Amino acid sequence: MSVSQTEFTRAMMDAGQPVPDGLIDHHAKPAGRRFSVYRNNVAVSLTEAMHSAFPVTAKLLGKQNMDGLAGIYLRQHPPSSPLMMFYGEHFPAFLEGMEQLKHLGYLGDVARLELALRRAYHAADAAPIAPEPLGALTPDQLMNTRLTLAPAVQVICSPWPIHAIWRYNTEDGAPKPEPKAQDVLVTRPEFDSIPQVLPSGGAIWIRALMEGATIGEALEQAAAADETFDLGATLALLLQGGAITGLDSKG
Amino acid sequence: MLDSAAHNRLPAAPGVGYKPQHFAQITTDPGSVKWLEIHAENYMGDGGRPIAQLRHLSERFAMSVHGVGLSIGGEGPLDADHLTRLKHLVGWLNPASFSEHLAWSTHDSHFYNDLLPLPYTDTSLQRICDHIDELQDTIGRRMLLENPSSYLAFAESTWSEPEFLAEISRRTGCGLLLDVNNVFVSATNLDFSPQGYIDAFPLDEVGEVHLGGHDEDEDDHGHPLLIDSHGREVVDPVWALLDYTLAKSGPKPVLIEWDNDVPDWPVLEAEAARAATALERVPA
Repeated sequence: MSVSQTEFTRAMMDAGQPVPDGLIDHHAKPAGRRFSVYRNNVAVSLTEAMHSAFPVTAKLLGKQNMDGLAGIYLRQHPPSSPLMMFYGEHFPAFLEGMEQLKHLGYLGDVARLELALRRAYHAADAAPIAPEPLGALTPDQLMNTRLTLAPAVQVICSPWPIHAIWRYNTEDGAPKPEPKAQDVLVTRPEFDSIPQVLPSGGAIWIRALMEGATIGEALEQAAAADETFDLGATLALLLQGGAITGLDSKG
Repeated sequence: MLDSAAHNRLPAAPGVGYKPQHFAQITTDPGSVKWLEIHAENYMGDGGRPIAQLRHLSERFAMSVHGVGLSIGGEGPLDADHLTRLKHLVGWLNPASFSEHLAWSTHDSHFYNDLLPLPYTDTSLQRICDHIDELQDTIGRRMLLENPSSYLAFAESTWSEPEFLAEISRRTGCGLLLDVNNVFVSATNLDFSPQGYIDAFPLDEVGEVHLGGHDEDEDDHGHPLLIDSHGREVVDPVWALLDYTLAKSGPKPVLIEWDNDVPDWPVLEAEAARAATALERVPA
């Protein structure tokens, strides 16, 4: 009467399944409720992990709804590695796939922002460059320069005001979100991840840089999408966020 | 004054499971706490504050790395990626101790974030010994294996737990981590004598002792069912079992584990101080 780990996990993740035969108490009686300790431990620990990974999403949903959704999610997507710091990568798409959440269209992108903040928190350290060498370049040299960005840097584009929603739910006295699209830059100047709203075209410009474009090439792409694109303001955001770690102006 | 040689082994003194919210107090006034334990998996990111704090702490304290995710008792092979991560962490941190559990947590590439039980048979014994050999070869050092908290038993088991652990230690050369609270929890749940368990345990192989709090529930028949929750103070009968153990084993490094509802530092430090008092009563 051996109990395989396949049988054990199947019964553990589905309370509708019977407790496997061969699991017993000290009188050799069926384990019964004793098995529920494992069912409970797994569900509670993964649900808690989801709450701490997505605090703003959880606040928007309310505790009960978040518990219920986490319970479904953890069964559809059990962790694929023991690194719980990265658990929940499918949660944004999972939320967007839930019919009953269709009226809260922003939830998925808010969860995406929280995922990015957490990844940035654990990203590799990288020393930022000082701004002076950038300022010393001629306009031509600047346009032919390639930038290396810190591993923490991420860009999230959304048709929803995700930065305003995030702030409203994490900061006392933050203004009420107004309906508008927001692209967000995530950086980690030292140890804390910071989200900042990007000016229009900024996301295109930064993503082009990440793919190896020069500042000038990236500028052409951003300006093609939005002729009002503000290069100076976007560059300043990167510098403030300690996001630029290398400079290659040799063309 | 830093003395890195003193950090090569855990002192026979109290340690605590490190929680980031205690960083400031630990680095200014650690009180009775002489060493720290971390969960390996929380320090496997690429950088940032967790790694920076760990570097800082390791300059001041002997460190113990306690893995909770390798799934040594798993039916499948060990996760090669996770072995590599453990090798990397143990390599750069060079902790005084590395330990893992007699349990499994991963099956079919899914990680369940809990320490799951296994039967004690010749088959599982061989598999666990193979996994420990592989781990010790990979990280290039001796590990400690911890006894679990049990809520149920397997009808197929043919070994008692202390004999099973002793045989693993004999075959692989690994040391053991004796969790006295786990002994008390299992003894209550499965109705055996905790002192008898300690008497049968190979105490010479014990490199570290754990203490923690548990919750109380009951099974279908009204029998007490204790749950290893690490969410409150260590209870008096577990302190008494620590005294019983230390009287037989001599002084050992003793760790307070408090992982859920983590208290303010003075509450945790008071538990460590109580462990210091227990250690002072033991002839060296």
